[in-house]
This record gives sequence, structure tokens and C-alpha cells, in this order.
Amino acid sequence: MVVPSLKLQDLIEEIRGAKTQAQEREVIQKECAHIRASFRDGDPLHRHRQLAKLLYVHMLGYPAHFGQMECLKLIASPRFTDKRVGYLGAMLLLDERQDAHLLITNSIKNDLSQGIQAVQGLALCTLSTMGSAEMCRDLATEVEKLLLQPSSYVRKKAVLTAVHMIRKVPELSNIFLPPCAQLLHERHHGILLGTITLITELCERSPAALKHFRKVVPQLVKILRTLVTTGYSTEHSISGVSDPFLQVATNTDTSRNAGSAVLFETVLTIMDIRSAPGLRVLAINILGRFLLNNDKNIRYVALTSLLRMVQSDHSAVQRHRPTVVECLREPDASLSRRALELSLALVNSSNVRAMTQELQSFLESCPPDLRADCASGILLAAERFAPTKRWHIDTILRVLTTAGIYVQDDAVANLTQLIGGAQELHAYSVRRLYSALAEDISQQPLVQVAAWCIGEYGDLLLEGSCEETEPLQVEEEEVLALLEKVLQSHMSQPATRGYALTALMKLSTRLRGDSNRIRQVVSIYGSCLDVELQQRAVEYNTLFQKYDHMRAAILEKMPLVERGGSQVDGEAKESKEAQLSETALVSTEPQASKLLDLLDLLDGTSGDAQPPPPLDPSQGGALVHLLDLPGAPPPPPSIPNLRVFEREGLQLNLSFVRPSGTPALLLIMVTATNTSGADVTHFICQAAVPKVCGRPGFEVAWALEEKRLSRGGGWEEEREGNDNAGTSTWEVMGRGFETLGFGGVA
Amino acid sequence: MIKAILIFNNHGKPRLSKFYQPYSEDTQQQIIRETFHLVSKRDENVCNFLEGGLLIGGSDNKLIYRHYATLYFVFCVDSSESELGILDLIQVFVETLDKCFENVCELDLIFHVDKVHNILAEMVMGGMVLETNMNEIVTQIDAQNKLEKSEVRMESALGNEGRKHDHELCMMCSFHRLSFSITL
Repeated sequence: MVVPSLKLQDLIEEIRGAKTQAQEREVIQKECAHIRASFRDGDPLHRHRQLAKLLYVHMLGYPAHFGQMECLKLIASPRFTDKRVGYLGAMLLLDERQDAHLLITNSIKNDLSQGIQAVQGLALCTLSTMGSAEMCRDLATEVEKLLLQPSSYVRKKAVLTAVHMIRKVPELSNIFLPPCAQLLHERHHGILLGTITLITELCERSPAALKHFRKVVPQLVKILRTLVTTGYSTEHSISGVSDPFLQVATNTDTSRNAGSAVLFETVLTIMDIRSAPGLRVLAINILGRFLLNNDKNIRYVALTSLLRMVQSDHSAVQRHRPTVVECLREPDASLSRRALELSLALVNSSNVRAMTQELQSFLESCPPDLRADCASGILLAAERFAPTKRWHIDTILRVLTTAGIYVQDDAVANLTQLIGGAQELHAYSVRRLYSALAEDISQQPLVQVAAWCIGEYGDLLLEGSCEETEPLQVEEEEVLALLEKVLQSHMSQPATRGYALTALMKLSTRLRGDSNRIRQVVSIYGSCLDVELQQRAVEYNTLFQKYDHMRAAILEKMPLVERGGSQVDGEAKESKEAQLSETALVSTEPQASKLLDLLDLLDGTSGDAQPPPPLDPSQGGALVHLLDLPGAPPPPPSIPNLRVFEREGLQLNLSFVRPSGTPALLLIMVTATNTSGADVTHFICQAAVPKVCGRPGFEVAWALEEKRLSRGGGWEEEREGNDNAGTSTWEVMGRGFETLGFGGVA
Repeated sequence: MIKAILIFNNHGKPRLSKFYQPYSEDTQQQIIRETFHLVSKRDENVCNFLEGGLLIGGSDNKLIYRHYATLYFVFCVDSSESELGILDLIQVFVETLDKCFENVCELDLIFHVDKVHNILAEMVMGGMVLETNMNEIVTQIDAQNKLEKSEVRMESALGNEGRKHDHELCMMCSFHRLSFSITL
């Protein structure tokens, strides 16, 4: 019993009748089974109908690959109906990735050479849609023959097929080059258009073809002229001479869409070829006129085209800046995105203030996906064209307040560096940031910068008024309360909390009141779950307890960071400060006041667990680097002489010299002077270096020179410190002391 | 170059899909879904151009679409095509469909997908615009249809039973028609 197969329309009916996806799938699966059976049986009469159904099902997304062979059979059939469906199936189901596609090459060849236009048309269409490189190579000559066929319908299709072939197999250009010359004489516009496309493709693929076709340019221009005079509107983009464009540009009727399209193409062509400046200005003015058009599509295309030429004709496009800025306010997302790009490209030093104003108001109201671009665009423009530092800081501040979460990570670093560098604006910045922070602590970049600033310049915040902002009376308690609020807020990220904690610490030296409150907060965070915060808190705690005398020095104002180095962002400086407090435990600061204290320690108990040595070449040098000029190792600066000890007429001076030949070498000279009238006896000089010097990479060598001088003179003793690689030549005794003793009577 | 031509309705069901570059079936369906997603979000009074989705090539490609009653006609093109020209082309396409089907509506597209493909094949070939003159296109289509019919007549005259004529189905289309508003 043969079940009569469904007609296509019946199948569609059934599918539409299915209420759910599952039902639909069921219907389709049943039908596909029928179709498969029918294909197997090889029923020639209904094959085309089965394939049509299969193609419908394929469009809905169901697998249909078993129909591929049927396409071949249908194409090979002599009936036009079969061929029609067969070729359609080939276009939809076969492509160059399946091996089966090569099998239709022969059929196509046969169809191309037989006389019926419709069939040839079908074959050409399929070839141009899914023709692979192998197919193109095989069939190139056939197509070339068709280029010269009497029927214009076939020629038109053949030309476009040739374009596709050139795209797939550029080597075929030598086959298709000769007919082009003849094809250019065509009257039929479709063929002409196709020919020009073909020539364009040829020229793109091979420079030899380009040279060949340069000679054809006058002919092309003539064609264009005839077109203009007969008033036919079409789409052409030809590289030719400038004159015709003037005619086209001024005479084209723009009331219809097609006219506008022609005008656009003209404008683009003018831009692409090297036209006279007058013509370029005309083109830009045309675009400007389009910007005022009511039709949104035209405005969109105008913005896109202007963007392409803003680089080359900046001043001409500037004239249309107000209109572009108007387009920013469009509700249409595509338009406003284009307008944003164009506005950012139009910012220059003369209009930066106005443009930034506009862009910032746009930032407040624009859709979220454009905010990131807008924010970074504003910041970039501000960096390049900022008229004054204060304006720059204001702009960044405003961007951070409006769209803080969308800015990129380096904005914080840039702002801190900028503020740090603008000495005169410290008071102003800190006040502005404080007010901004007091209003809103949710925007993380803003909070980070504000916390840093308050920490650094807290004293400026509290003292009196700044003439550039309104008077702001701030109490110490308020500042501390605000920073604590930031620390405790659940909106603050760990990095922000780190900033806030360090800022609190710095304030302990800046503020005049006592630092109990700060101590409390710091000790609380000593048991915080966040490891980074905990470490900081513990170190700061230690700083309070054991090294209170060093606190002021460690926490004093930071020097200006240099940009571009590896350690130049705020975070790194924060961590260096943390490091400093660690290294403070083992090293010293070459500041006279501190050393005197340390030497007191020396004179006193030698049982002190960690005696900081008075002499430590490399560490001292490194510390000087850290505090004076961060990030600039070689060549190291010269270290000033230091008076390290003075009591009862005995003076000890240290002088540091780096010989110019060997910058890694540091010579330290200790000069002891006796200015008292009496003799100095039992003079013992001890020097200790920390255990770090015992590690490989350090070498300290000693050389003693003893000079005896007369009364009132001094002795000199030279020690060489060499901090190149090598092993320590010391005998490290006990806790790392080396004892040199000498005595003498002067 | 035109990369793809898609027609789908307001719910995203594809009514016609033609790709001029090789994509796997899965990718094709994904492209249809993604395009529908992008286009359906658009307001009525915004411009007809969209940046292409990720699947269909990203920033170089644009989606140019027109919304007629219940159908979206979407052409995905690259930067070598003129946007306003393609907009015109969509208009010509719809007008041609109207001429061939007499007051075309979505049901016509549903039930005569193969005919729509044939019409499209006369306008766009291999991703390039072949013919924009409506009369030309209609003439060609009529000639081809005549060829088909004459074949069928010949065969039935030769006594092939059991052949059903496709054009009998016009009677099936007795559903209420949704009217298009074809705007210029």
C-alpha cells in the first residue's frame, strides 16, 4: 500500500497545526522518514516535491543532509521543474565543505552549454552561490563563453558569476581580463554594472590588472557623464577624474532615497581619490547638509562617512561640530554611538572645554554599553588637551563621580599622579575630594583617590580655607569618621579598604590630636580576615608600638611618582611603604637625628635584639634611593656627609664616595676627630651589618688604615664596601657583629 | 557583498534564510536567533542600521533591516555595500513579492517558500545585486513559471497520472490575510 505523500503545503499546514515544539518535531520526524523512504525507492515523479518539503524543514532548523544526493539526481533530470528545485536544494544543502558538491560540476557544465536561458540562469546562480575553488576552475571557460552570449540576461548572470570565481580563485583573472574591454561597451546597465564590479575585483586582486585598467578610465568617465546627462539614478563607484562628480553632486535629486544614495557614493569617491580641496569641502558640506536631514538613516550614514574623513579633513569637519553634538542627544542607540565616536575624534585644544561639557552631560544620560567608551574617551581627551591642571583634575573628578565603575583601572593611578604633581592644587583637590567622598562612598575609583588624598594632604584639609573652593570647616573627628565608614562599608572593595587604612595611618602624623582612635581602628583590623588588610594592620600596629619615633618619617609626604615605571602606581607605593616599615626593623635611615638615637642604643645595651648598624653601604644607599628619587637606580646619587656622633669633643663623620669607574663600589670613610683637650683612650669602634649582608650577592670587604696624628687631629679609617656578587668576607660572630678594636693615645 | 538575507516574523520564526557564505547548519540557526534578538529590541522610530552580531562577522558587517507589519526583512552586508542602496533593495524586493503574489502577506511567504527563493535568485546572485528593475524580474519569473507549466501540461497530456498541480493550492489560501503596509 502506497501512502500518498503529502504535498508541501499540506506539510506546512500540519507543522503550523502543532501546538508545541515536541509535536512539531514529531510531525517533522514522521515526514522525514517518509521522505527518506521515498528517496530510497527512487520515485522520480515526486522527487522534487519531497525535496521541496525537505528544504522547508531544513529552514526550520532540522537536519536534512540525506537530501544531498537527491539534489544531484534532480539537477541531472531534463525537466525544468526538477532542475529548479534541485538547484535550490544544492544552494541550501550543499557547500564546499561537503565532498558531494563536486558531483554537480558535470551537470552544471552540461546545463551551461545547452541553449535554454532559464536553465543556464539557474546553473550560473548556483555556481555563484556555492561554487568552490575546484568547481570554479573547471567551469571557468564555460562561463567565459557565456560572457559573449547574445542574451543579455545570461550575460548579466555570467558576469556576476565571473566575479564570484575571481574571488575564489584569483588566478582565473587572465581568463576574464580580455572580455572586460568588450563588455564595457554594453548598453545594458545591469551588465555594465556587473562588468565594473568584475573589473574592481580584478584590480583588487592583481596590480597588473590595475595597470591594464587604468587605460580604461577615460572610457569609464565617459559612461558616467552619459549617465548624468540622461538622468538615470543608479549606484556607481568608479575611480575616475574629479569633474563628473561636481555635476553629479550638484544635480542629483535628493528627495528620493536613491538620489541620496548616489550622493553618498559620490562623496565617498571624492574622498577616496585625490581630489582638489574644493571638491573635498563640497563633499563635507553635502554630508553636513545630510546631518540636518529628518531621516534618521541618512543621518546615520552621514555620521559614518564623516568619521571616515575626520582624520584627513579635520578642519572642514569641525565646522559641523554643533550638529554632531546635537546628534549625541538622539534616543537612537546606533546614532548616538556614531555621534560619540565622531565627537571624540573632533576634540582639539580649542574646543576641549565645550566638548567635554557636552560629553559629560551625555555620559550622565547615555545607555550603559556606551558609558565605558564615553568615560575613557573623555579621560583621554582631557589628558591630551587639558588647558590647566585644575580643569583636568575637575574633569576627572566629574567623570569618576558620574561613571566611576566604568572607568579603566589606570584612571586612579593617573589621577593620583596628577594631583601629586600639582603642588599648588593640593589643598583644592583634597577639599573637593573630601566633599565628593562625604556624599557618596560607592564609586570605588573615586573612593580610592579620595582616601589617598585625604591621607596625604589631611593637614591641608583641616587648616583654614582654600581660596578656590567654598570654605569648608572640617573637624578631625569627621575626617576619621569618614575614613572609618569607608573601611566598614560593604560596598568597599579590598583595595579600597587598603587605601583607607593607609590613609588613616598617615593621618596619625598629620593631625594634631592624639592618635588613639586611629590606633584602635588599626588594632581591630589586625585580626581581619582579609590577608592584605591584616598584614597592613599588624605592621602599622607595630609601628605604633615599637617604632613610634620612626612613624613620622615613614609616613611623611610621598614624593612625586614617575609615570611609566613598574612601581609607579599608587598601590605599589602603598606596598613600598609597608615594606619600608618592615625594613625599618633591620635598617636605618641616614638622617642625623635618627642615627644619634640609634647610636645611643649602641652605647647602651649591646644585648639589644636588633641593633641597627650605623654603617651599611648598600642598604643605606638603597634607602636614600627610596626616599629621594624612586625608581631611578643607576647612577646612584652622591650621598652627603653625615655627622653620626658627637659627644664630649669626639666627632665621628661619615663620608660616602662612589668612585666613577666602578659605580657598584661604595667607599665609606669614617673620620674621628678629637676636639677636646684631653686624650681619647680605649676608643673602640664597632660596626655591625645585618644578616642580610651575609647572603650571596653581597660582599663587604674591609681595609683598615691607621693613621696617627698629632693632638687635635683626627684619624682616618677607610673601609671599602663593595656590593657586587660574591661571598661575605666577614666573620660573623654571634648576632652579626664584627669587632674591630684599636686604640691609641693621641 | 551581501552575506545573508533573512526573513523572520515577530516571534523569530524564520520564513526565509539565504546565506551567501558557507556556514554550518548550527551556525545558520544561531545567526538567525542572534539577528532576531538584535533586531527585535529596536524601537520603531530609530534608524534601520545595526552593527552585526558576533557570529556574522562583527564590526565590519552591518544589519540593514525593515519591519513590515509582522515580518522583518534583514540583509547582512559588509562595508562595500551602500547602506541606503540596500534599503532601497529591500523595498524593491517587497514590491516585487507584492506583484508576484498579489497583495502579499506572511502566509504567502510561508506556503510558497520556493517561489520566494526563485524571486530572490533573480535579484541577488552570489551575494551581489543582479537586477533592481522590478519589471525585469517579474518578466523573468513569469517566463520560468510558464516553462514549468508547459512541462507539466506536456506530461499530463502524455498521460502521467497521479500528478497533482501545484497551482491548485491557491484554494488553500483562504485564510484571513494580514495586510502589509508598504511604506516608501
